[in-house]
Amino acid sequence: MRACWGLLATIALSACAPGGESSTTLTIATVNNDDMVRLKSLSAGFEASHPRIKLKWVVLEENILRQKVTTDVAISGGQYDVVTIGAYEVPIWAKRRWLKSLDDLGPSYRADDLIAPVRAAVSYQGVQYAAPFNAEGTMTMYRTDLFRRAGLTMPARPSWEDLAHAAAALNDPTHGVYGICLRGKAGWGENMASILTMAHSYGARLVDEHWKPQFDTPEWRRTIDMYVGLLRKWGPPGAAANGFNENLALFSQGRCAIWFDSTVAAPFLSDPAKSKVADSVGFAPAPDEGLGRSASWLWTWAFAIPASSKKAPAAEEFIRWAAGPDYAGVVAPHAGWLAVPPGTRTSLYGNPAYRHAASFADVTLRSINAANPGQPSRLPVPYIGVQYAAIPEWQGIGTELGQQFSAAIAGRVSTEDALNEAQAATRRQLADAGYYK
Amino acid sequence: MSARPRNRAIATLLAWGASLAIAFPLLWTLLTSFKTELEAVAFPPRFLSFDWTLANYRGALADGEYLHALVNSVIIAGGSSALVLALAIPAAWAMAFAPTRRTRSVLLWMLSTKMLPPVGVFIPIFLFYRDWGLLDSRIGIALLLAAGNLPIAAWMLFSNFREVPGEILEAARMDGASLRQEIVTVLAPLALPGIASTFFLVFTLAWNESFWSLNLATTEAAPLTAFIAAFSSPQGLFWARLSAASILSIAPVLLIGWLCQRQLVRGLTFGAVK
Amino acid sequence: MTAALLIRRRSYLQGPARLLITPAILFLVVASIAPLFATIKFSLTDYRLLSPGTSGFAGLTNYAHLLASPDFIPAMVNTLALIAVVLAATIAGGLVLALLLDGPVIGRGALRLLVISPFFVMPPVSALLWKNLLMQPVSGFFAWLSGLAGLQAFDWFAHAPLLSIALIVAWQWLPFAALILLTSLQSFDHELREAAQLDGASPLAILRHLVLPHLTRPIAIVVMIETIFLIGVFAEILVTTGGGAGSTNLAFLVYSQAMLQYDIGAASAAGLIAVVFANLLAIFLVRAVGRSLDA
Repeated sequence: MRACWGLLATIALSACAPGGESSTTLTIATVNNDDMVRLKSLSAGFEASHPRIKLKWVVLEENILRQKVTTDVAISGGQYDVVTIGAYEVPIWAKRRWLKSLDDLGPSYRADDLIAPVRAAVSYQGVQYAAPFNAEGTMTMYRTDLFRRAGLTMPARPSWEDLAHAAAALNDPTHGVYGICLRGKAGWGENMASILTMAHSYGARLVDEHWKPQFDTPEWRRTIDMYVGLLRKWGPPGAAANGFNENLALFSQGRCAIWFDSTVAAPFLSDPAKSKVADSVGFAPAPDEGLGRSASWLWTWAFAIPASSKKAPAAEEFIRWAAGPDYAGVVAPHAGWLAVPPGTRTSLYGNPAYRHAASFADVTLRSINAANPGQPSRLPVPYIGVQYAAIPEWQGIGTELGQQFSAAIAGRVSTEDALNEAQAATRRQLADAGYYK
Repeated sequence: MSARPRNRAIATLLAWGASLAIAFPLLWTLLTSFKTELEAVAFPPRFLSFDWTLANYRGALADGEYLHALVNSVIIAGGSSALVLALAIPAAWAMAFAPTRRTRSVLLWMLSTKMLPPVGVFIPIFLFYRDWGLLDSRIGIALLLAAGNLPIAAWMLFSNFREVPGEILEAARMDGASLRQEIVTVLAPLALPGIASTFFLVFTLAWNESFWSLNLATTEAAPLTAFIAAFSSPQGLFWARLSAASILSIAPVLLIGWLCQRQLVRGLTFGAVK
Repeated sequence: MTAALLIRRRSYLQGPARLLITPAILFLVVASIAPLFATIKFSLTDYRLLSPGTSGFAGLTNYAHLLASPDFIPAMVNTLALIAVVLAATIAGGLVLALLLDGPVIGRGALRLLVISPFFVMPPVSALLWKNLLMQPVSGFFAWLSGLAGLQAFDWFAHAPLLSIALIVAWQWLPFAALILLTSLQSFDHELREAAQLDGASPLAILRHLVLPHLTRPIAIVVMIETIFLIGVFAEILVTTGGGAGSTNLAFLVYSQAMLQYDIGAASAAGLIAVVFANLLAIFLVRAVGRSLDA
């Protein structure tokens, strides 16, 4: 009797014992956009083909993710083995040697296939520090049916004035259609992204070579007058609190005639299940004032490995799979070509099946190629980045600037006061951070 | 009791009207959780005439994260609340029934420990937890939440204990009860509803706490607050999904509240004074 | 004559009483003193997470920068304004709700659940829902309501950001006030109220002279506890307006230093200033309502 129980107990215990092989567990921190969520759901395939690697996911909203990951990497908390960071973080963190170099991911990664500006955005001093997963530029989205009805055509290379004329003609609040939608919500990654990009296209710059803020220049004056004017005159009510998501909701409901924003909006707007105007949305390049830079920004979400990580080989395995050229082939049969993470590899844009499925592919590729984060303005600048400045202080500065301009859009302050405040605030923050020593 | 039927009807109508108005945003969220994303942002708003779908709930429950997060929330909130009560009940008892000149200062000091905004003390705590291996641990988070909620519990229990009517004790003493009997058989049951509502309050505060639970947990200890953070503000339309995730994270506490509440009601019907 | 007073007469309770309090006090001391000292230390250093090589003793520079910043006074004002509006709204609303629910109503259990429900929603999620599903001037529910009435939709966050945020926060805390007041009301001696009614007193007079005095202590509790929480409100501000002169408060200032600029020194200094501010507020409050807190 005892022997029987003993045998059963032994069997039970041995069933609970862990497997003899040691496996590595990777903790991956990522942002919660559709591409990443899909990656997570497809990652079982990776675990199947790599039995020694287990994946644990931390999926969070962008701002919270950034806080957690930055804090952890800066203090060497060691909680993450693969982090998802943006083009803003890469130069800053690489400079502080917080990231492992990803220059030798091997031939199967095909680093040469990466679109040049995107690869440059994740490199520092010529070395690649992060593997782009998806990338975006800007474009002008507009309602082809409204344009046609009003007898307007969207120019092949629109300027901001072109957009203003069209917005004025198409603004029809009584029927619930507003001329133009732009980001107004305060935030360095919200309204400031659009505003700074527009400023660069007007030939303005954030600071000069000596880090002196430039908000007192006529170029900035024109930028803010145009941006605030567009929204005050032909923008939807509540524009001052509308970020990307709010404008996406508005456009997909048919409330905006024109929308200047990220290329990631395109798949949403083209999907009839998510957009009421799926068959009447047109895509045009980002506005260009002919002053040397179009209003094209560049952003990428990329995987990086913290320098203190002890699981680099396994992490690189994962990155090779998720950010490699074959991942598109994993997604497409599963969720269609529109679901493939856009903007990173030329092979995707050469693929006829993709070009057929995504009518916005051309405009997206052109926009990304037109972006010039290394030299965002035709005048010399001491920072890189088109819709941000890759300095640690940008989050704080951009937040204050965003608040000022949001108040101007809401009509609470005049554009002149907003510019003066912007000048003072930027100067103060740069001085506090020691830029003028 | 002696309420006329008309008074009762008016009172009921007013009370229901006010309560529904208060609960409206949540009810709207519940409704939205059954809509498609496109209908969730439709204008004019759709009340009941839309395509009801369970897709949002299916999506939220798809990868098993919800269950893991739920278990973590229960452990963290339950554990920290139990600890809080274990510390606060004796303390409040002593302060209510054996106060000294310093009792009031002690109470105020307890409250003052909550004056430092958590976000201001984040880095020191993070560093400490990192060095002691407490990052991403349920105990670590529970301890912090307990420290945050202890002052609240102490205050509420203190106030509750002092409200117990004295006539009952007089009655018991008349019947010849000893001090121990007084405390255990007479006072304790009267204090129970106060303890129950304090536990419920502290539990809910811990359940909804969205700073420490987000910033100190990564995978193992991630509670429902982290689960929801995966659904909020991604690119694109997400209202229906966020609504479903919110309902999923509120439902357990609502259930507990419903159950706890019967306990409260039972405890409150003490007509023993007569 | 409360039980507390009766038991207090037994003086031999003093000894064990001290023992009963000690664990709680010890726990709080450990949990609060160490972080406090660390915060004081950091507030005197130049410690930025993103510039690791530059930290060192900085004296009172962090405090100077903060106090000289033009955001500081508006933040203090906004903090006070937010607390005042939310306290007023929750206590008034809580009183109304408690009185309504205390009356002869059918289905009190379900009513209680409905009234309590806002307290269960996570603050950032509440703010998101209010901002986008209710207050959105183009597609929100309030816009629809005002359209029905023939009015133009009110742009909440553009024209009244602090009020809108206060509304959201008050909604979250209303259940707390209502619950505390209701619990206290239900321990109110109904016989007394009936006797007064029989004597011919009007409901309003009963309210003023009988009920409200009974409620002063719970109201004081609500005021103290809510104030402590309201000083630290920032998630709702972050999610709705992202800050700005019209809506930034002290806690948001601390957040933006700690989590946006990763300037730990400045964040610690701001946190300590918040502590001083909160202490001043508490002293003021205790003077105002403190008498109701004693026996």
